[in-house]
Amino acid sequence: MNIIVCVKQVPDTTVVKIDPVKNTLIREGVPSIMNPDDKGGLELALQLKEKCGANVTVITMGPPQADLVLREAFAMGADRAILLTDRAFAGADTLATSNALAGALKVLDYDLVITGRQAIDGDTAQVGPEMAQHLGLPQVSYVVDCQYNDANKFTVKKETEDGYEILEVEGPALFTVLASGYKARYMNVGLIVEAFNKEVEIWPASKLDIDPNKLGLKGSPTKVKKAFTKATKAAGQVYELDPEQAVDVIISKLQEKFII
Amino acid sequence: MDFELTQSQKLFQQMIRDFAEKEVKPIAAEVDEKEEFPKENVKKLAKLGVLGIPTPKEYGGAGGDHVMYTIAVEELSRVCATTGVIVSAHTSLCEDAILDNGTEEQKQKYLPKLASGEWIGAFGLTEPNAGTDASAQQTTAVEDGDDYILNGTKIFITNAGEADVYVIAAMTDKSKGNKGITTFIVEASTKGFSIGKKEHKMGIRGSATCELIFENCRVPKTNMLGPLGGGFAVAMKTLDGGRIGIAAQALGIAQGAMDETVKYCKERKQFGRSLAQFQNTQFQLADLQTKIEASRYLVRAAAWKKDQGLPFSTDAAMAKLFAAETAMEMTTKAVQFHGGYGYTREYPVERMMRDAKITEIYEGTSEVQRMVIAGKLFKK
Amino acid sequence: MNKADYKDVYVFVEQRDGQIQSVALELLGKARVLADSLGEKVVAFYPGYKNTESAKELIAWGADKVIVMDAPELKDYLTEQYSQAISQAIDKYKPSIVLLGATTIGRDLGPRLASIVETGLTADCTSLDISEERELMMTRPAFGGNLMATIMCTDHRPQMSTVRPGVMQKGVKDDSRKGEIENFAPTFDSSKFKVKLIKSVKENRGKIDITEAKVLVSGGRGVGNKEGFEKLNSLAKVIGAQVSSSRAMVDAGVMPHEVQVGQTGKTVRPFLYLACGISGAIQHLAGMEESDFIIAINKDKFAPIFGVADVGIVGDVHKIVPLLTEKLSKMVEKK
Repeated sequence: MNIIVCVKQVPDTTVVKIDPVKNTLIREGVPSIMNPDDKGGLELALQLKEKCGANVTVITMGPPQADLVLREAFAMGADRAILLTDRAFAGADTLATSNALAGALKVLDYDLVITGRQAIDGDTAQVGPEMAQHLGLPQVSYVVDCQYNDANKFTVKKETEDGYEILEVEGPALFTVLASGYKARYMNVGLIVEAFNKEVEIWPASKLDIDPNKLGLKGSPTKVKKAFTKATKAAGQVYELDPEQAVDVIISKLQEKFII
Repeated sequence: MDFELTQSQKLFQQMIRDFAEKEVKPIAAEVDEKEEFPKENVKKLAKLGVLGIPTPKEYGGAGGDHVMYTIAVEELSRVCATTGVIVSAHTSLCEDAILDNGTEEQKQKYLPKLASGEWIGAFGLTEPNAGTDASAQQTTAVEDGDDYILNGTKIFITNAGEADVYVIAAMTDKSKGNKGITTFIVEASTKGFSIGKKEHKMGIRGSATCELIFENCRVPKTNMLGPLGGGFAVAMKTLDGGRIGIAAQALGIAQGAMDETVKYCKERKQFGRSLAQFQNTQFQLADLQTKIEASRYLVRAAAWKKDQGLPFSTDAAMAKLFAAETAMEMTTKAVQFHGGYGYTREYPVERMMRDAKITEIYEGTSEVQRMVIAGKLFKK
Repeated sequence: MNKADYKDVYVFVEQRDGQIQSVALELLGKARVLADSLGEKVVAFYPGYKNTESAKELIAWGADKVIVMDAPELKDYLTEQYSQAISQAIDKYKPSIVLLGATTIGRDLGPRLASIVETGLTADCTSLDISEERELMMTRPAFGGNLMATIMCTDHRPQMSTVRPGVMQKGVKDDSRKGEIENFAPTFDSSKFKVKLIKSVKENRGKIDITEAKVLVSGGRGVGNKEGFEKLNSLAKVIGAQVSSSRAMVDAGVMPHEVQVGQTGKTVRPFLYLACGISGAIQHLAGMEESDFIIAINKDKFAPIFGVADVGIVGDVHKIVPLLTEKLSKMVEKK
């Protein structure tokens, strides 16, 4: 079985801080990590590899530094790594990103495509399903468990708001995986030692099976018009009121913050 | 000259730090409280290859280096010194001893099992009457056909009881003094070998420290490690390597205590300001972090020299001496900065202070390290 | 594509087991506001099976027109069946705006549709407005909520967006509203149906994970005992929160350790942290001060918790919490 796992290098948003003076994101010193859901997806692929034998290819689109997440993937047990890097990809929204990745997949062999549910820097959960559509594949999103049956069939468990669904899928297919379903393994020391001796294939846009107009900024229907940080915390206010008035204060604050 | 870690060393650091934070830190207090050997975590480390970092791939190891190994011990000790010393004693005192001194047969037989962590390793030199003066060995090994018969006791042995393989020093010819000591590889299942009393310690309480008892324990000649009468040299060389590991452990403890102290000083407010805003705090911590960083350079330089095949004995002694004393100073100050809270078990700094003390004692006390360093100074 | 051909604000109406989901009504409420400012209509796409009867509900909630897709293929949500149906409807009706709930269904279907009709999709919006150029301005959080971004899709139609449940206000239900109900029968290509639903299971998430909670009602020594925590539970139920605790109440055996916030418990970062009777020992603050919004209720006006709170109320939790619960539950009923 050939499995392709799409991963993304993301800033660790749990340590992103806001500059209190300029009111902008401080990106300096924020570590780049493999997106957690993608790492869960890679874990699923590696488990399938252990259970039924598979060749696991990881693919990412990003700047040259994204090489590092592919090394990490090698150190977890991936067999092959491809980095899509080209100025033509710059400024891509989810649709253009999905076009680039699908364009790469069209020149590869696969029985299963795995992506994370969503990336922690954007939280859109769109690239996986958009790719599935471009490739004409059935998809299941929010996958927390996946078993391979004979005859190219998978039984998957999809998490929903109030429970779960069990679905049977005929491959080739695309699954988007939740990190909570697949706790990713740690890198192996022996594989870490070898990771930098392996080849990461660098693919420019010309290598993909896709109309160049569908890539990058040109291929992106959505544009970010404005980015801003939420208003910084004003110094808190302390009220000494009777209970009735105090409750009104709380309710008005909750409404202000759209919590109710 | 390159002070940067290599790309794989950095990737390894990322992994082991992640592991330490997620798997080791959460149970560190419990391991200490219950004096419990962290078996599950040792198994997990084994599966990742952490118990065979510098062992070559041909012997089933990860094929890494000793710099990586010190990173492992540092990062683990940063959150749990017990876990750090388990890895250190296993790797430096047993696996490296066999790798550096073993015959091809011995390496083939023992290294793959030690590197994979299927077997845990330990090392026995210290005796009730042979501490700093290790030459006063009273355990004897008497030749008998194809075997040696061992009799005697060893004390304060790290990983004892948990280990499957022990590197043991014994006197084969009393008349020759140091030159009459020989080292042997002893498997735990050998008849006549048993584990004696378990020590209750001030710190590193999850690590198993016990007495080893040899009663007519028959060990085949093929298990002699190094030449007959070469045991003292094997033991001293092994301890040189071990000291790098303990220095890394001390470094980790110091850095861990610093991390906790910085966090606390940012949060804790007194007289309307956070502790971090007092210059007294800033200057004391600046001095300490400088010492921690200096320890780190000493540790990595010693490990690097070992990897390059250069002499590293004095470097290891300096690294251990300095890192251990820095750990003691840092952890004592960490408790002081935490005030009354620091004295309670709600914060980890009192544990770190208890753990730090042993690094000034085992694998050669600070006094022994000074002897080694001074010896080199005055040799010329 | 000619932008002028596309008009009206469409809502994808999500049903599960034949039940119209609350998020769909919220979207109708918002769509009504957007459509009124554009001078256009609100239209509902309503796929399901034997659902024609309930379509008039949607008119009462603000739709001018309901396009009912009533087919056995659409009984349960399945990606392929739904994307075939809705994409055909988009082709036929040419909406200017399509809104979906940011649920496991909407977030699965939305990108599939965007890919078919080759348009932009903005996920998990928290606010929607119309610009002076009559374009849709979609605002959403990014970077783990550290940043807000306003996104537009000016050259493609429809403009699509998923919206988080609970964010938009439902309109006022009016059973006398008039509207049009139209049936649309999609043609299905069943050769592409590769996913079979074996079973769908509803379960109560038994495990409490306070680090995942968006809203936490947290109690400390001032809450006192189990009866005190019952008051917090009632409040939590009304606002869809979970209940957490300070160390004092865990040590006292009143609350289990898994809900303890602080140094020796868990670190939480909810949208709202409502601290009730918690003085705010440093160990506690370490576990919660990163919360987006902190409201503290405490008798002692010098309690350190007020140092990190956005809103501090000096008072008795035993009086304030029940009163707050009562007022809020009245407001929720009205909604």
